[in-house]
Amino acid sequence: MNNPLAVVGRFFLNFLAAVGRLAVFAGRSLAATFSPPFYFRLIGQQMLVIGYYSLPVVGLTALFTGAVLALQIFLGSSRFGAESAVPNIVVVGLTRELGPVLAGLMLGGRVGAAIAAELGTMRVTEQIDALITLQTNPFKYLVAPRLVAATLTTPLLVLVADIIGVMGGYLVGIHRLDFNSMVYLKNTYDFLEAIDVESGLVKAAVFGFLIALMGCYHGFHSKGGAQGVGRATTDAVVSSLILILISNYFVTEAFFSQ
Amino acid sequence: MIEVPRLQLSGVCKAFGANVVLDGLDLELAKGESVVVIGASGTGKSVMLKCILGLLRPERGSIRIDGEEVVGLRGAERERVLTKFGMLFQSAALFDSISIWENVAFGLIEGAGMDPEQARAIAIDKLAKVGLGADMAEQDPARLSGGMRKRVGLARAIATEPDIIFFDEPTTGLDPIMGDVINNLIVECVRDLGATTLTITHDMSSARTIADRVAMLYGGQIIWAGRVDEIDSCGNPFVDQFIHGREEGPFELEVT
Ligand SMILES: Nc1ncnc2c1ncn2[C@@H]1O[C@H](COP(=O)(O)OP(=O)(O)OP(=O)(O)O)[C@@H](O)[C@H]1O
Ligand SMILES: [Mg+2]
Repeated sequence: MNNPLAVVGRFFLNFLAAVGRLAVFAGRSLAATFSPPFYFRLIGQQMLVIGYYSLPVVGLTALFTGAVLALQIFLGSSRFGAESAVPNIVVVGLTRELGPVLAGLMLGGRVGAAIAAELGTMRVTEQIDALITLQTNPFKYLVAPRLVAATLTTPLLVLVADIIGVMGGYLVGIHRLDFNSMVYLKNTYDFLEAIDVESGLVKAAVFGFLIALMGCYHGFHSKGGAQGVGRATTDAVVSSLILILISNYFVTEAFFSQ
Repeated sequence: MIEVPRLQLSGVCKAFGANVVLDGLDLELAKGESVVVIGASGTGKSVMLKCILGLLRPERGSIRIDGEEVVGLRGAERERVLTKFGMLFQSAALFDSISIWENVAFGLIEGAGMDPEQARAIAIDKLAKVGLGADMAEQDPARLSGGMRKRVGLARAIATEPDIIFFDEPTTGLDPIMGDVINNLIVECVRDLGATTLTITHDMSSARTIADRVAMLYGGQIIWAGRVDEIDSCGNPFVDQFIHGREEGPFELEVT
């Protein structure tokens, strides 16, 4: 019982079992996503819930991140007399990293929690069982629409976040740091490469997928009343945030390493 | 020729960890028969229904529907078998993201692929049968009382006019008059639609109204089953204690 090796071993086995369960769940979800029937109405509804209603949160995050980025980079680069680099560092930093990652983290909190709580409640109130008895596959009816909607809308949200973030930097740039408006915009535009935006959007799609997957997985497997749903919600948020940060590294590697 | 039973359970065992709930349960339902299962709270009546529907998988035993073994069926096979069933969950299990009529019509629209307008008309008809007016149809299930939820769940269970219908405590939480309406509705399902029904109830007067046969679940097995008119003279001390609701008897109640 108290053998530390046994504790480590048990922990490791539990971890492997959890990874296996998650892989099976992901496999079933993907199979359900790409086979009929397709619930287009539900996909649309989820896009609205996940994407549109997240705009204010993501927009505010991006605005202030862009603003503070401009401020900090200005302070840092003025030590080398390189203040003119502010616009292009802001735009590259936002599109490559901060836009997708911060939007992903906000969505992980907002959307991941909401999905886990909704599906968790459906699980503990036997609504998922009821779906099955009414010959409706819950993977197709519940999981697939959320996965599709999150994977498609997160890149759109990040695109909006990029634009709003650059605007935040621009506002600080011209009002607080005495940049010329035309010069700021020209520098932003000239230094931006397609791959900066593309890599950010791919990241966004990956993050959106992971958030919905974690929300669905933990919601689906919640048990035992309100407390169980609460735990599922917490687990969904924590695991999606961790996976976002881990996958962020690997997508970056895939895009930018030689 | 012997008629194949509509539903046949033999030796069904189901445990949750160390908690053995069903321990070699045998039960048979003939076509068009109405069977009521009684038994103390927590003896596994709901678990039995979920095993038959494939929501839980028994460790051992066989479950046959119209002669076909269904334990372990999955995917499309399972869906095909489930088209024969209607189920009223003990908790009603209404979908709270859609309106009341959409709940009732769910099996018609999603399961059978019926046109929504037509399904809506049927849903409103079924709601009327359980005493709910058409003005309720557009409302949110979250706003209903417990008894009303039960009745919507019942309307949903019978909406597709399935061959086999399970009612998990259909009259619990209803006033006596509405309870009687529901009892008659269940009798009607059997008589007019030719459905086979399996009802769980603690309400003995309801059991006497709807049952052709009564079975008692205790210790994971059916310890007594017989025609409803035999129940008073069956001589089984468990059944006797249960139907009279006496505290003294063979049941070991863990009350202190
Ligand atoms: N999903 C589950 N996981 C673990 N244990 C369960 C599960 N479902 C039921 N049980 C256990 O199985 C036993 C029987 O439960 P069940 O719901 O079938 O009782 P019941 O006979 O329907 O009682 P009641 O009349 O109160 O509805 C209980 O001890 C319960 O704790
Ligand atoms: Mg029960």
